[in-house]
Amino acid sequence: MQPILKTENVTIQFGGQVAVDHVSCEIPEKHFKSIIGPNGAGKTTFFNLLSGELKPTEGDIFLRGESISKLSSVERARKGIGRSFQITNVFPNLTVLENVRLAVQSRAGICYQMFRYSSSYKQLIEETEKILSEVILVDKKDAIASQLSHGEKRKLEIAMLIALDSTILLLDEPTAGMSLEEVPIILDVIRNIKLAGEKTILLIEHKMDLILDLSDSIMVLFNGQLIADGSPKEIMNNEMVENAYLGGLYDDDIIKS
Amino acid sequence: MIAKMRGNYLLLTIIIIALALFPFVSDSRTLTILLTQIFIFAILAMSYDVLLGYTGIVSFGHAMFFGIGAYATAIILKKTEPTMLSFFLSIIVGMLLAGIVSFIIGLLTLRLQSHFFAMFTLAVSGLFLVAAEKSRTLTQGNDGFTFRAPEFFADRTTFYLFVLACLLIIFLLLRLFVHSPFGSVLIAVKENETRSAALGYKAIYYKVMSSVVAGVVASLAGSLYVVSLRFVNTSVMGIDITLNALLMTIIGGVGTLVGPILGAAIIQLAQHNLSNLAKTYPIFERWIIFFGIIYILAVIFFPKGVVGTIREKLGRKS
Repeated sequence: MQPILKTENVTIQFGGQVAVDHVSCEIPEKHFKSIIGPNGAGKTTFFNLLSGELKPTEGDIFLRGESISKLSSVERARKGIGRSFQITNVFPNLTVLENVRLAVQSRAGICYQMFRYSSSYKQLIEETEKILSEVILVDKKDAIASQLSHGEKRKLEIAMLIALDSTILLLDEPTAGMSLEEVPIILDVIRNIKLAGEKTILLIEHKMDLILDLSDSIMVLFNGQLIADGSPKEIMNNEMVENAYLGGLYDDDIIKS
Repeated sequence: MIAKMRGNYLLLTIIIIALALFPFVSDSRTLTILLTQIFIFAILAMSYDVLLGYTGIVSFGHAMFFGIGAYATAIILKKTEPTMLSFFLSIIVGMLLAGIVSFIIGLLTLRLQSHFFAMFTLAVSGLFLVAAEKSRTLTQGNDGFTFRAPEFFADRTTFYLFVLACLLIIFLLLRLFVHSPFGSVLIAVKENETRSAALGYKAIYYKVMSSVVAGVVASLAGSLYVVSLRFVNTSVMGIDITLNALLMTIIGGVGTLVGPILGAAIIQLAQHNLSNLAKTYPIFERWIIFFGIIYILAVIFFPKGVVGTIREKLGRKS
């Protein structure tokens, strides 16, 4: 079967620094792939290349066999690549409801309507509220996004991604900085998306238990290079990964704590 | 929430009725004319608010759209019989021209970062000003020309009511515009362009459309302005007009639509009264200095403008 997403020698250089170095991988449709690696390994940069925030200096990215390297992030979003951001990235001065409604109306394609109040689109608002209740945020629908807690912002981020209904979801550390009570909510949301079996998911995470539980396969980045790509079992038994990643993780944990 | 909205509508209706009855109660011609000017500048300031408050675009060239409307109306009324038909025709011509010009300028420049865009608009509006000065056969340059307004507007009160109606219609239309799905994307683009791109919104498209809407409305304000004066010269293209619109929007409250109306009233009244004071106190000859002080104080103490600050105090969302 043709992979839904494929990269061929994707490389990006910032000055002399090679952030992502000749990464080639294939992601089959409806697959759950996690990307791991120590901080600075190029995971988020790789996501930026996939979603179009950055353009590769070398190599090519294919969506269903068609090259998308030259497309802007807007065009890629329309083609079904949705992403969440590692650093919370919502519309700070809009309410929670408005944030998600923007995503819903983008998918519904009614963003060009100028002469009708947004509030008159009952169906749109119902749908928005449904998504908000999925991430347990519906109580806060009238709160201004900038006043939410960090965890709530992460939930909002996920809600917007669900609302977009993209075929490929790029999740960049969705549980980072969340409180212990909030993590399971997001995990359930992600697990439900996986169980529904509709989406192809790429996940960047540090929590290994979570990754092993959810992933169909795992790829490991180190210094921008893809050093391993395989089933969770293969990755866990890979010596190179252990040296590169777990060594790195150890350092990270020291820095973080 | 609904009660609050009803309260707002009630307040709006009362204000409108009071303003509509005003010329029949007061026989002060000066005040009627002053209020007419306030309404016209309120329309201009609201159009600027669509740019600044709802799309986050700073333009220093807004006067060119005002000027386009002004000249369209003045020239057409001068060259043809000054009937209501030619008046309405001139408004449409002005709006079309303003729409086309803002579309082209927007398409060329809105990809630039905000401060480059601001500088570019300043340059283009300067170009329009020079063009108006040099096309003497059409505009008679800085000397300007007088023309006759339609018979219907011979009575100041009729014109007052007409402008008030325009203000109300434009206010309601723009309010609908900024609260529509399209308007919510404008705000999204202003708030976070990267995020709106990830949602599939192409910022440039929304910015251009916003600047077209703002340009068209500014052109209407220009058309009304010259009819109120029955005279036009190049000052309608001047930077003063843009700065006035900017001040009115900022002092009234950016991103509120009601604010710019209030801002227009504050600035026009201040200009009127400060220049009147000059008759007794010569220092007020330099009223523009006081104006600067008012402006600085307003920005320091009311960064969200009058309406923004009031709304914040009432603890409700704009």
